[in-house]
Amino acid sequence: MLNLVWLVPVLPLIGFLLNFILGRTLKLSERTVYVIGCGTVLLSLIITLGAFGEYVSYARANGDAPFVAHYFTWLPGGLAHYTLGKQSGALSRFNIEWGYQIDQLSLVMMLIVTFVGFWIHVFSVGYMHGDNGYYRFFAYLNLFMFSMLILVMGSNFLIMFIGWEGVGLCSYLLIGYYFNRQEAGDASKKAFIVNRIGDFGLAMAIMAIFATFGTLEFKDVAHLSAQYGVEHLWQFGLMSWIALGLFVGATGKSAQIPLFIWLPDAMAGPTPVSALIHAATMVTAGVFMITRTNFIFQRSVTMMLVVAIVGCATAFVAATIAITQTDIKKVLAYSTVSQLGYMFMGAGVGAFVAAIFHVFTHAFFKAQLFLGSGSVIHAMHHEQEMPRMGGLAKYLPSTYKTMLFGWLAICGIFPLAGFWSKDAILGSAFATEVFGGGKIFWLIGLATAAISAFYMTRLMALTFWGEERFRKVHAGGEADEAYASAVDHGSVPHDALRSSAGDRPHHSAGEHLGPVDITDRQAAVGVSHHHFTEPRESPRSMTVPLIVLAFFSVVAGLVGLPGSKIDLLGRWLKPVIVDVRQPAAEAPVFQAFEGAPAPEKAEAEGVGLAEIGLMVLSMAIAIGGVLLGFLFYVKRPSLPGEWSRRLGPLYKLSANKWYWDYLLDVKGVEAGKAVDNALWKVDQAVVDGGVNGAGWLTRFWSFISGLFDKYVVDLAVNATGWLTKAGNVILRSFQTGFWQNYALLFTLGLFVIILIYERSAISAVVRGFTGK
Amino acid sequence: MSVLAVSAIKNLAVVLQNAPKQSWLSRAEPTLLNFMMLSFLLFVIGVAGVLSRRNIIIIFMSIELILNAVNLNLIAFSRYLQLNQDVLRQGRLPGANAMAGPVFTIFIIVVAAAEAAVGLGIVISLFRNRETVEIDEINLLKW
Repeated sequence: MLNLVWLVPVLPLIGFLLNFILGRTLKLSERTVYVIGCGTVLLSLIITLGAFGEYVSYARANGDAPFVAHYFTWLPGGLAHYTLGKQSGALSRFNIEWGYQIDQLSLVMMLIVTFVGFWIHVFSVGYMHGDNGYYRFFAYLNLFMFSMLILVMGSNFLIMFIGWEGVGLCSYLLIGYYFNRQEAGDASKKAFIVNRIGDFGLAMAIMAIFATFGTLEFKDVAHLSAQYGVEHLWQFGLMSWIALGLFVGATGKSAQIPLFIWLPDAMAGPTPVSALIHAATMVTAGVFMITRTNFIFQRSVTMMLVVAIVGCATAFVAATIAITQTDIKKVLAYSTVSQLGYMFMGAGVGAFVAAIFHVFTHAFFKAQLFLGSGSVIHAMHHEQEMPRMGGLAKYLPSTYKTMLFGWLAICGIFPLAGFWSKDAILGSAFATEVFGGGKIFWLIGLATAAISAFYMTRLMALTFWGEERFRKVHAGGEADEAYASAVDHGSVPHDALRSSAGDRPHHSAGEHLGPVDITDRQAAVGVSHHHFTEPRESPRSMTVPLIVLAFFSVVAGLVGLPGSKIDLLGRWLKPVIVDVRQPAAEAPVFQAFEGAPAPEKAEAEGVGLAEIGLMVLSMAIAIGGVLLGFLFYVKRPSLPGEWSRRLGPLYKLSANKWYWDYLLDVKGVEAGKAVDNALWKVDQAVVDGGVNGAGWLTRFWSFISGLFDKYVVDLAVNATGWLTKAGNVILRSFQTGFWQNYALLFTLGLFVIILIYERSAISAVVRGFTGK
Repeated sequence: MSVLAVSAIKNLAVVLQNAPKQSWLSRAEPTLLNFMMLSFLLFVIGVAGVLSRRNIIIIFMSIELILNAVNLNLIAFSRYLQLNQDVLRQGRLPGANAMAGPVFTIFIIVVAAAEAAVGLGIVISLFRNRETVEIDEINLLKW
């Protein structure tokens, strides 16, 4: 089915078009919509599985070469001739084929995306039931599947970039799915804008890659990059700059410091979206991209160190924040950020396989946990605050049992998936050869693992165990009062500072949330009661995905067992990871952090004693975290209050998310405003000065021109008028309107004429009178 | 036509220059010049009346004065031509006929009578409608 691989992204696209265009106009029923939505993804999954099987034999026959299929020329290089008038030069070779590269890495990602995506689609069938935008939701989900598959399958950077932007768009659309809510709209905008910062770096890196290599095909770039040597620590050459751009892109998409602030807010979207986009697939695109371009990253030791530091710091910071969050989805969101930090740390220390392994296992157990939380939220009528839950294990048996596996997996308990992948990363960090000081990363990673185990136990305890607080705690009751007093003491950020409050609209204060009895109803006269039912288990369409994902949370780790003989994933992904030491074999490029490189060679043969020791240690740490969680939230529920008082400043730091949002959103914006104000001053002084000067000159000249107009031109015009007026005084006196006056004038004229012509006759007449 | 009128006036000037140069008081019969002076006075009085009076009746009377001045003039010239047949014979006034004057006079009197009848009829109906005979108040057709 390798030849049908083009169908894999096209099918969800067809599903998107059908649902999006016809969904509203034809008023498709929910059944039609989800059959289209899930069916297309299922077909993609089947084709992917078929392609996987076929590629195994293909790779064996072709020496692990990737299968690259070009379909059509998307951007012909000849365009430069028309648009820029250039016939030669790099741009005339800017020939972008629309093609897919099927290799070990993209197949792993395709499997994750289609498999987890399919089960999340199935989960959405029940979760979104009754929603007005049912068709819209499934259309967006399918569009996301299309974009994500383009991202992982593209054979060159530009196609990957399209997918990259496409998933960003879908993320924006789905976070803002409940667009009539302020925080959802804000969160979607925040996600989009923060991602733009990352995308800027990625776009710059892609341009730099084209300028350097003259091509954007992964295969060719990987081949050509062999010409470039490895840039040592503190060297910052071409490869480092390209890697920096790519890494900026990855921090945006994968929610790393400093751009992780959008992911917790993104929980304003529906829970399946959080599971699919913000846990399992899209946010791991950064890890995928770094692994995809490992031939560039591995040639810059500095950037590898940066990746590791950022990943490690993100893992630790996010884990500490997750301890104090009360919103169930927020805890999982920070947990996701923390796990992504693990993946980056793994990539940074050179263990790309371990990073992808963690992507793989994390996709299952985090999707499971998110869907489980979705099931809880669904059963609690969209209540997300854990202080208002508790004791739900009795009411949601399937959800509870499946989430147990997700919980154990993320804590890193021995045979489950999370243990193997987390341990692979920690072990690689411990033994890294890329740069010295890997043990520091290992130590912080270990601490983070303990914290993860602790906060996940806390989540389970607050949600499923203990007393049934939802019976007592009404909105506007105890929990809200406790919350309000915490706000007053400054240990919890006020609601106004929290840009996202969760999934669907919260209940208004005083609205009843849990089951109710007679006294409750009498006590709350005049309060609207919508939900009187006890929390009930979710429908089959929601529990089946939970069971499937829980199963894989258990077994997914088996593909990456340590030891080169049985490490399936490691052997599978080996061709993708470039060994940069080979070209410069004569000179030792990397410095082993300590001692001679001999022990590592011995270790590569099998599972070393040191490795087993590390495993036991991380296992012990994980169990310690879990037990601490038990102690705090099950055995002695008074302990959290005591310790939060005892560690007041640390507690505040965590509850306020290390003031990161405050720094970026408030102080960062203020700094930006200050810069803008300075620029405004310049604008006002220089640009406005010029503009105003020009205006003043124009005004001055028009003033002079006006004077001329007023005293010369107007004078001529007015003089004409005055003359006419003066003439009219004379002429008007003749125009009396009395015919007798006219007749008089006529007669006078007659007399004058006679006087002139008949002077002699008149003198004769006068003589006749006088006799002379 | 204007040439004819100018030549007639010039000939008239010749006639007047040839009139006997003596005072009219010293003779028994009034001469042509005396009649012309009387006619001139009547005409001037009539014109002055037409031009200066507002009352339409007076204006009518003044018009009658003018017409009568002309009539007197015509009769005087006719008499003059009868007394001076040689002027006619010599052809110094071509086309002149001694009987033309009385005929025109009678004709004018008839026309004047008709005109007076029509005019006065208009004046009466005007007075009935507007209760005025002042011409400066009869201005309905003015704009």
